[in-house]
Amino acid sequence: MLFNIVYQFGDALAFLLLSAIGLAVIFGMMKIINLAHGEFITVGAYGTVVSGKVFNLPLPIAMAAGVIITIIFGLILEKLIIRYLYGRPLDSVVATWGISLIVSQSFLVIFGPSYEGLQTPLGNFKLGDYSYAEYRIFLILFAFLLLGLLYILFMKTSFGTLARATIEKPEIASSMGVNISNVYSTTFAIGAGLAGITGALYAPTMTIVPSIGQAFIVSAFITVVTAGASPFIGLIPAASFLSTVQTSVTFFYKATIGIIALLFSVILIIRFLPKGFSGLITKQK
Amino acid sequence: MKKIIAIVSSFIFLIFSNAWSAETIKLGILEDETGNFAIAVVPKIHAYELAVKEINAKGGVLGKKLEIVRYDTQSDNTRFQEFARRLIDKDKVDVVFGAFSSASREAIRPIMDKAKMLYFYNNQYEGGVCDKNVFVTGAVPEQQFSTLVPWMMEKYGKNVYTIAADYNFGQISAEWVRQIVKENGGTMVGEEFIPLDVSQFSQTIQKIQKAKPDVLMTLLVGAKQASFYEQQASAGLGIPMGTSVNVGQAYEHRRFAPPALENMYVTVNYIEEVHDVITSGQYHEKSKDFMARFKAAYPNEPYVNMEAANAYNAINLYVKAVEKAGTTDKAKVIAALETGISFDGPSGVVTIDPKSHHGSHTIFLVEVGKGHKVSIPKTWENVQPYWLGQAGCNLPAKADYSQYTPSKPPKK
Repeated sequence: MLFNIVYQFGDALAFLLLSAIGLAVIFGMMKIINLAHGEFITVGAYGTVVSGKVFNLPLPIAMAAGVIITIIFGLILEKLIIRYLYGRPLDSVVATWGISLIVSQSFLVIFGPSYEGLQTPLGNFKLGDYSYAEYRIFLILFAFLLLGLLYILFMKTSFGTLARATIEKPEIASSMGVNISNVYSTTFAIGAGLAGITGALYAPTMTIVPSIGQAFIVSAFITVVTAGASPFIGLIPAASFLSTVQTSVTFFYKATIGIIALLFSVILIIRFLPKGFSGLITKQK
Repeated sequence: MKKIIAIVSSFIFLIFSNAWSAETIKLGILEDETGNFAIAVVPKIHAYELAVKEINAKGGVLGKKLEIVRYDTQSDNTRFQEFARRLIDKDKVDVVFGAFSSASREAIRPIMDKAKMLYFYNNQYEGGVCDKNVFVTGAVPEQQFSTLVPWMMEKYGKNVYTIAADYNFGQISAEWVRQIVKENGGTMVGEEFIPLDVSQFSQTIQKIQKAKPDVLMTLLVGAKQASFYEQQASAGLGIPMGTSVNVGQAYEHRRFAPPALENMYVTVNYIEEVHDVITSGQYHEKSKDFMARFKAAYPNEPYVNMEAANAYNAINLYVKAVEKAGTTDKAKVIAALETGISFDGPSGVVTIDPKSHHGSHTIFLVEVGKGHKVSIPKTWENVQPYWLGQAGCNLPAKADYSQYTPSKPPKK
């Protein structure tokens, strides 16, 4: 029973964390309101499934290919469009929304309304009344690992310091000799790559359709918004809180009420903790 | 003199243009060639075209050829309304065929009724439409569930759990399941309605495991909810699933990697595998013949589903009724359709029930086995759309324009 609760909670938590992880960099750090975040995930998912099918690659390699494709896609977008939108959050809304429409429609035109899916890897095991998919447990562990790596990258390495400095005060960083254009595009590419990882990881568990990324976008934004100003500190408490609300309400009532409770709790958080969970934590320090 | 010439010539023009326009019978078609539902709808469009081509090759009906006026409704309900008005006001069609989702049917039904337009809905759905101007050639719950649910309960056990999409189709279908389970002495051990946006099902899967049902009814709709099948397979749920929507429409058993759909049972009135699985008899012959003609016309069709058969039947039923009525006048064609008219189609005879305007069907129980191999363990012949007629819908005697459900039957 205890394991069952932990599994349910962890499964919802992993979904929120992995939905949000790319957006945490692009929106949380870089302040680009990226409405095309879902399409980055779509690129990762299609990259995985299509390269796996066409070249008959084993799943981990196909996933790596999917992530690399998303990074390249992110770099191209950054060079062509996004770099003109730094510091213009409202304009970024319109531009990224347009990108999202173009990308999802292109997938529809190229690959049709549905693409043959992959089988979920690993097996399942039984414990009491319930059986569990091993892959879902892998997803939970991987989400935490990824977040840990990201925290180290942005908080403990010199690249992380440069990236945070550049985004905080681009003029000063530039005058100190930092190549801010490179830092921006590298950071954006990392964000895109993380979204690609999400797409690659969930691709074998979902129906592969051009709108697959849409399933993640709401969870991504509410998690990043409740995480607050320092996303890498706030993500875990935010996602933990939200997944607790959602799983417990869904457990006692039903899925619809669970979603309502989730969104309602986000409203409460934004009202009473305007700086999100990271604001709460950094204040106490 | 000039005036007279003008009048005479305009008269001649009028007579000619009338004669010219009377040469064809115009069939309006509103189907989703693109968008969310395209995958299941494209074979349907080809089936309309095939039927029209065949009838025209035989010389048409009443000495006139059939002409299709078709619009792509893009899986969008507002497009449906826009093009329905266009077919009626501008193209002045004689009959309209179309719609996939129940939401789009309900979007255009009032427009058809207002214009007194004859309308064929050729799709399986949640049942209950009792409408003077509407004829339905798709299967309804008393055909799909009264066969499937008792069969599964007998084979696997009496405890049933339903998960359904949270909108009119899912809600009403679940109501049907509930009623049939009760009538057959079973127990509903759980029921969950799931918003169309949900794509993660771990919690739903565990709720099902906790309730320990013998049979799981999955009335899920749309690409996001379809993720359930992969997720239940990877979690090793292993409970036999029953449904009215999968396999027979968007051929998930071909599109998804096994074992996502293994152990699923679905009742359909046609699928293209019929003549491969049933190796002799009338259903083998009829399906083989239909598929040969279909593939000759559309060699690249990925799958010929039950709605394609329904579309094909609809055109043929309409033409038979026009022949019988001797005119395309809508009231007279409706009267002809209410005479118990029937057509021998890809899966046997379909007869229109005069009271409810719905068609009878041969119902095949399709089992998706190991490696998504399809078998047909049981066939029910001539299953009637009995419910509306019994509940009090009697269109020849009393015009009506409503949709009813088991909990909201017609007022007697």
